[in-house]
Amino acid sequence: MTLLPLYYGLLALLVIGVAWWTLVARETMAAVIGFIAYGMLLGLVWAGIASVDVALTEAAIGGGVTGVLLLRAAARLRPTEPAPHEKPGLVFRVLVGIFCAIVTIGLAVVVLFPTDPAPSLAIAAAEHLPALELGNPVTAVLIAYRALDTMLEKVVLLLALIGVWSLGPDRNWGGLPGRAPAVVTDSALTFLAKLLPPIGIVFGVYLLWTSADNPGGAFQGGTVLAAMWILAMMAGLRAPPAIGSRALRLLLLSGTITFIVVGFAGFLIAGGFLSYPAAFPKALILLIEIPMTLTIAVTLGLLVSGPAERDKTS
Amino acid sequence: MTGETTAALLATTSGGYLLVLAIMLPLIGTIAIVLLGGQRAERVALVVAPLGLVIAAAILASVWSSGQPLVYIVGGWRPPLGLALRSDGISAVMIAITAIVMCATVLFARGQFRGPAPGVEGRAQMVFWSLLLAVWGALNAVFLGDDLFNLYVALELLTFGAVPLVCLDGRAETLSAALRYLLFALMGSVLYLLGVALIYGAYGTLDIVLLAGVVRSEPVIWVAVALMTVGLIAKTALFPLHLWLPNAHAGAPAAASAILSALVVKGSFFLILRLWFDVMPGQIHLPAQILGFLGAGAILLGSVLALRQARLKLLIAYSTIAQIGYLFLLFPLAVGSGIASPFASIAWTAGLLQLASHAFAKAAMFMAAGMIYEALGHDRIDRLGGAGRVVPIAVFAFAIGGLSLMGLPPSGGFSAKWMLLQASVGEGQWWWIIVITLGGLLAAGYIFRVISPTLIQPFPAPELKAVVPVSRQGVALALALFAVLLGFVPLEPWPLLQIGRTAVEAHLP
Repeated sequence: MTLLPLYYGLLALLVIGVAWWTLVARETMAAVIGFIAYGMLLGLVWAGIASVDVALTEAAIGGGVTGVLLLRAAARLRPTEPAPHEKPGLVFRVLVGIFCAIVTIGLAVVVLFPTDPAPSLAIAAAEHLPALELGNPVTAVLIAYRALDTMLEKVVLLLALIGVWSLGPDRNWGGLPGRAPAVVTDSALTFLAKLLPPIGIVFGVYLLWTSADNPGGAFQGGTVLAAMWILAMMAGLRAPPAIGSRALRLLLLSGTITFIVVGFAGFLIAGGFLSYPAAFPKALILLIEIPMTLTIAVTLGLLVSGPAERDKTS
Repeated sequence: MTGETTAALLATTSGGYLLVLAIMLPLIGTIAIVLLGGQRAERVALVVAPLGLVIAAAILASVWSSGQPLVYIVGGWRPPLGLALRSDGISAVMIAITAIVMCATVLFARGQFRGPAPGVEGRAQMVFWSLLLAVWGALNAVFLGDDLFNLYVALELLTFGAVPLVCLDGRAETLSAALRYLLFALMGSVLYLLGVALIYGAYGTLDIVLLAGVVRSEPVIWVAVALMTVGLIAKTALFPLHLWLPNAHAGAPAAASAILSALVVKGSFFLILRLWFDVMPGQIHLPAQILGFLGAGAILLGSVLALRQARLKLLIAYSTIAQIGYLFLLFPLAVGSGIASPFASIAWTAGLLQLASHAFAKAAMFMAAGMIYEALGHDRIDRLGGAGRVVPIAVFAFAIGGLSLMGLPPSGGFSAKWMLLQASVGEGQWWWIIVITLGGLLAAGYIFRVISPTLIQPFPAPELKAVVPVSRQGVALALALFAVLLGFVPLEPWPLLQIGRTAVEAHLP
């Protein structure tokens, strides 16, 4: 494998180059496109160091969903783009430069002199996999060892969505998110929005199912499902749901509620909060992960759709 | 510390489940509000609040009576693989303070946020109540987390709960204040997370109790803790990273300002305490002095700027910057002549007393300012004439809260500042004495600037925009009285605060 060092060298240069481009690009749109490319390249880097789970997440979130969010923001900001920007003063820029330099030097010192051997919990994480009936240690970390983190992260997502919703006008509260899309007929986007979802939905479900033993998971699966939904909404094939709808709220919270219910059920059936009974851990883990995938998909789709800016009837 | 004692520190204790409830109950309230709709939000909050208070009291009573920290091992997975929740003496005190201020805020905010019609959900109504409870759960998670990454998640909960509260009224200037707050807070999160990654890479654990046993004084931990401290300082709004605070805290609705100023900034402060006193190995003299000097800068700058404000809510917000400064004097005074010295425990008590009395006083003052605004239709300090006649209890609450900020006896603020002075003298660090004294004088200046015009009866009498019910004014007064009551605790170190402190235990012979 003589070409591998060359590949990684080029990849590293490309990551730094794209990061630089993102910073110096004059137009917001160009910077956003740079950022999306940066996310995809970072995904390759993670895959290169055998962190496939992280690579999938980075590509799906860093390149995908964040990319769509930023593209929409940039499109909205376009009318204000030509206005002269407030430039920070020289002192401020010098201070920021010094601060960045200190951070970089500090990190360089730490990275160049690593602890040897690097301490790791990998063995401990793998040790309990049979008891959980799982094969993928990353899934075990997320759903068992550090389940509380995963549960609280779902609440963080919910709070982010409430924050986005709170930015809409009072009169449209409970209505449809975003502005009405322009009517597009038979464009490439419509074609894509009809072609991709069947494949994407199967792939999203696969990512969830396979995560018990292989890279994947509720987050990655949910993100793919969200992408399909967003695609259909952007093409105007599906209207986004009214944010006041009770059914939507239930779907939005289903994963988090199931997680909490199973967590408290642990007090009764397994001796503690978020404990799984030895007899059937896998069944409970699936019971949590299926609605959690839906919750993640719905939350991400709604985050991209934005606050309610239309009435229910429009 | 031997491995055996470390292991003993990390096993579920009886009553440990209370810690799970303290975090989950408010968050379940948030979820219930989103599910049932904002029109039922107040009722949900009125159920959650008293239960939360009972849980907080039970945690405090349990830690106090047993003299041992409460611990809960989540899911039965012991650290370093799993997560522990742990309440030592300081956590228990913080949880109790939070519960009291939250309950008062719930009572104060009743009926303030209404839907467009009865039974129809309103925007501000749903957002305020769901996020208020979320902030409560997040703070409890910050106070109870024993794992640095779990604490990161807690900080994210806190940030995303707090930021939208700033721009609840949707005006352009509050939106830009919220955006600035968000940028500072997220920069803080990134720096914190970077430090967490470095620590895991070096030690293979993120559990604070376990870390205390393995951390050595080497570059990686210094870089990591420095990054995390800068990040947390940005979230705490310590000078010079305070620029986001005044407009954010002044622009929010009174009920939200109260918890933002009284509680939210204390969450990240608490983590700075944890990092330097529970994770770091001894030898922190220099960083402690630096933090102290930043605190001194905050006291002087915040007080001077407060004196110059034209609007009441901005004045109170700048005063928060100054009062946060006092908290950071804890660092140099508690490490002065060693962690087990009597002056260290005096400094600890003073710091926590300052934190508690500021939380009560500041929440009361923001509530009072909100009611003065409702009654007069503005909060310009030069036109506050007659406020003492239309909302007398609110003005009284403001004045009493102000006494505590100035440090006049009897008040928690007085006791805190007195003990800080005692510790400064005892440690031979005379320079803090000047700052503490000057800060008190300046605080007297800006408080009297507000109180004197409210007592004048202008002619013609100001037009009354709204009648503020006595019950809501009473809530502010009750909180201010809590700050006064703290002035009656004995001026000596509280043993409660030393319960379960890993650093202290490690230094015992």
